Amino acid sequence: MRLWQEFYKGLLKENPILVLALGLCPTLAVSTSLKNALGMGLSATFVLISSNVLISLVKSFIPSRVRIPSYIVIIATFVTIVELVMEAYFPALYKQLGIFVPLIVVNCIILGRAEAFASRRGVVESFLDGLGMGIGFTLTLSVIGLVREVLGAGKIWGYPVSLDFVPVLMFALPPGALLVLGLLLILKQVGDRR
Amino acid sequence: MSKQLVITSSPHIRDKETISRIMWWVVISLIPAGISAVWVFGLPALYLIVACVVSAVLTELACQKVMGRPVRIGDGSAVITGLLLAYNVSAGLPLWMAVLGSVFAIAIGKQVFGGLGRNIFNPALVGRAFLMASFPAYMTRFYVWKDGALVSQATPLTVVKMGGVPAVTYKTLFLGNYAGCIGETSVLALLIGALILLWRGYISLHTPLSYIGTVALMTWIFGGKAGWFSGDWLFHILSGGLMLGAWFMATDMVTSPITKKGQVAFGIGCGLITSILRLWGGLPEGVSYSILIMNAFVPYLDNLFRPRRLGERRRWI
Repeated sequence: MRLWQEFYKGLLKENPILVLALGLCPTLAVSTSLKNALGMGLSATFVLISSNVLISLVKSFIPSRVRIPSYIVIIATFVTIVELVMEAYFPALYKQLGIFVPLIVVNCIILGRAEAFASRRGVVESFLDGLGMGIGFTLTLSVIGLVREVLGAGKIWGYPVSLDFVPVLMFALPPGALLVLGLLLILKQVGDRR
Repeated sequence: MSKQLVITSSPHIRDKETISRIMWWVVISLIPAGISAVWVFGLPALYLIVACVVSAVLTELACQKVMGRPVRIGDGSAVITGLLLAYNVSAGLPLWMAVLGSVFAIAIGKQVFGGLGRNIFNPALVGRAFLMASFPAYMTRFYVWKDGALVSQATPLTVVKMGGVPAVTYKTLFLGNYAGCIGETSVLALLIGALILLWRGYISLHTPLSYIGTVALMTWIFGGKAGWFSGDWLFHILSGGLMLGAWFMATDMVTSPITKKGQVAFGIGCGLITSILRLWGGLPEGVSYSILIMNAFVPYLDNLFRPRRLGERRRWI
């Protein structure tokens, strides 16, 4: 039951974007389309789970004074794996995401979960926490990406919605990302109060 | 016991003036520009005005219902936002885009911040900026009304930006029979409205004069092709959205400084940004962005020019 909660909390109750307000930089930058959002979300989820598990395994060996650099090295290792795999098998996506793939290293969700959770909990809990947080991040990012792709480009997953649709360009631009995120936060708050 | 001493708390001086009275007078002062808009741009202008005003009021109603606030659509502030937004768009803008801009102006520009009196930015200009970012092609194609149809025409400022010489006289610019946003072209109609506001005492000359004066000075010094001090400043202050912006949007009570000194600084800032955008920027016109940018500085200006008590130190920022 408690284990299940460690997974479940990341989806909505402690959603990394909507509640913890972490990882906003990739959220605003790469949520221009559903494809980008999903690619970013899944990459971050993989790194999050792997680093969470590894850090919870080695937490007793790391002196607390150098823990942050050690976490960064561990996270960077997994990010390098993601980067190379993506470049080999999904070159188009890799080109689209650009600098934001290596920047997963300093994604504050991952470092935040490492510091706040994985460094003091067991392996199974850390795995579930990483999975929940990752899925929560991916889902939120995908919703923003979907809304922005439909409104800003008139497409879903790259396919046009309708031929005579006039795209609202602002949603393809950074202000559109802030706006959609803000409206999503409103929805979340309204939902919480009900 | 007789009541000889009445003790009450402030306010002690009461005035008949109310928010809705001020707002409806502003609406009246905007009517001449509306008449000019329909005269120059024909029926499409009328449809735009009606669409923007109706959608602004309905959005205000919907927001206030949803947010559980008292419904105050009768105070006329949403009508002003709708009118100003309509005056700020081209006659050829599709109606649904205008409605979308109006909804954005009220919902995001005003109600999200807490409603009337709490918005940082002028709602109508927020709507215009949204439309400019979303539908740039439709917002920058301008028309005039000729023989029952809209005919595409470049605005005088666009002609200047392209390096040409605009074929309009000062009289045309003053009367407003040329291409542009529907409510900005007629200086005459806007000045009539401004006189109404000045007569009612709702605006003072500080912001408009410092704004227009700065633009005149800047364009006179830097605007000419024959070197410094050769610019056509009269053309610059008569064309574009300067008159509409300076008299009606930079003077918005909510989004402009309280003190007179602050208002002068606000006007000078708007004037500088407008001139810089017009002379060296990528777009032909910069009034709306300059007012929006200066809106963001209003809290600082208010603090900077706050009356001090004797001996009180001025704190920057």
